[in-house]
Amino acid sequence: MSLRGENLLTLAGVSREAILEVLDTAESFVEVNQRTIKKVPALKGRVVASLFFEESTRTRLSFETAAKRLGADVVSLAVASSSVKKGESLRDTIATIDALGLDAVVLRHKSSGAALQVSRYVPHVRVINAGDGLHQHPTQGLLDVFTVRQILAERQGVQGAETGGELFAGLRVLIVGDIRHSRVARSDIAAYTALGAEVRVAAPGTLLPSDLTGWPVTVVEDFEEALQWADVVGLLRLQNERGTGSFVPTLDEFTFTHGLTEERVALLRPSTIILHPGPMNRGVEIDSRVADLERSYMTRQVANGVPVRMAVLYLSVAGTKELA
Amino acid sequence: MTNDVPRQDRERGLAFFAKSQLLSADDVARAMKRMAHEIIERNQGVESLRVVGLQRGGVAIAERLAALLTDISSSPVEASALDVSFYRDDIGVNPLKESSSTTVHGDLASKTVVLVDDVLFTGRTIRAALQALTDWGRPAAVQLAVLVDRGHRELPIRPDFVGKNLPTSRTEQVRATLDGVWLGERSDA
Repeated sequence: MSLRGENLLTLAGVSREAILEVLDTAESFVEVNQRTIKKVPALKGRVVASLFFEESTRTRLSFETAAKRLGADVVSLAVASSSVKKGESLRDTIATIDALGLDAVVLRHKSSGAALQVSRYVPHVRVINAGDGLHQHPTQGLLDVFTVRQILAERQGVQGAETGGELFAGLRVLIVGDIRHSRVARSDIAAYTALGAEVRVAAPGTLLPSDLTGWPVTVVEDFEEALQWADVVGLLRLQNERGTGSFVPTLDEFTFTHGLTEERVALLRPSTIILHPGPMNRGVEIDSRVADLERSYMTRQVANGVPVRMAVLYLSVAGTKELA
Repeated sequence: MTNDVPRQDRERGLAFFAKSQLLSADDVARAMKRMAHEIIERNQGVESLRVVGLQRGGVAIAERLAALLTDISSSPVEASALDVSFYRDDIGVNPLKESSSTTVHGDLASKTVVLVDDVLFTGRTIRAALQALTDWGRPAAVQLAVLVDRGHRELPIRPDFVGKNLPTSRTEQVRATLDGVWLGERSDA
């Protein structure tokens, strides 16, 4: 199974080979992004619609930059000034945009399952999920594992693609924070475990999903002990717009029990990598000084967003479905 | 023989099965040496040369060629690697080719670029490479060196330096490396 010619709706159930193909392809695009002329004609003349029904800075910019650097034309819908504000349904909005002649839709929506729904409306268009409600944010999961592989490969002085997935075997990943409301956590867990990493989650009980049955993770009892255990610490944003506020007594209380403070960073082994999908609530889930440490790779994550999304668009739009 | 099949190809179950060996490693070494001399003769030295190998098969050959040019001329020649996957004219038509890394050393503008590939067949990879090169500036000239020219061109492209001309049928596969040249078939088994 490969992403070639397929929609990217979720990372759940996506194979190790399919993920590695995206990572290896993204590595080629990293080099394209370092050139003076950062553009290749791979998707020349293709039309990619960027539909963000929820606010976003980095994901939207990252996808649109990726599409343009592949030579595609980008049609972008600013929801605030569109007919969506007049009450147009998602189905009608998609039909309208599709009439312009689309090859791909990049969709962010507050409803879980929105990307799947859109893929049924327009089966001839490739749909890339850029975040749907509490469900999935597949490209964030892919860029997180890409970033981890890149850092670990660099330390060994090799290219990530040369290592395949071997650097993930037994890698210890700790995901901390608002697991309940996080689509990033769901995509990250799928990506890390598909590649053979061991994932543990740490959160106040109220911020864990009500049912963890079937999740390939262990819940951490002792956060401090888990920090000593981890090779990678993936932080999540406290999501006030999804009502996180009512799941913790106060933000200070969260910082006290699960914030990555300077004291807690001292528990990490020297090689441990810190990730955060952004935007960060400095002083809440991460101390501001911790966010600026060399081992905090947030800017690297943002930078890798473009090549990873180029790889996703390239494989999905230009690829042909595999038989069998 | 199959040990040097790239990892992605191995995982996708693509392997090359040799029917017959056409050139030995020694034959290849002699052909390479001759090509290096021809390149120097044509360009009256190596000062403004840039050697660019095409991923994947052309890179090792470009590196050997650069080493030979360095030996003969006593001035250093470095080989670059160029992946043309994103410039191909069959994107969206044929299955995508696995992409590889690109490393271009120095500026190519106003230099003479010697493109190097293992096998010249339809010429479409070279067309893609010519398009890609322009992203690094406007070369003074582009020359083409190939270890094997097997014919069946689909575009008006011809090589400047050829290790070996090899008449083949369209369906046959040619594997040309520094270790030798084989005729065979590709199996998806």
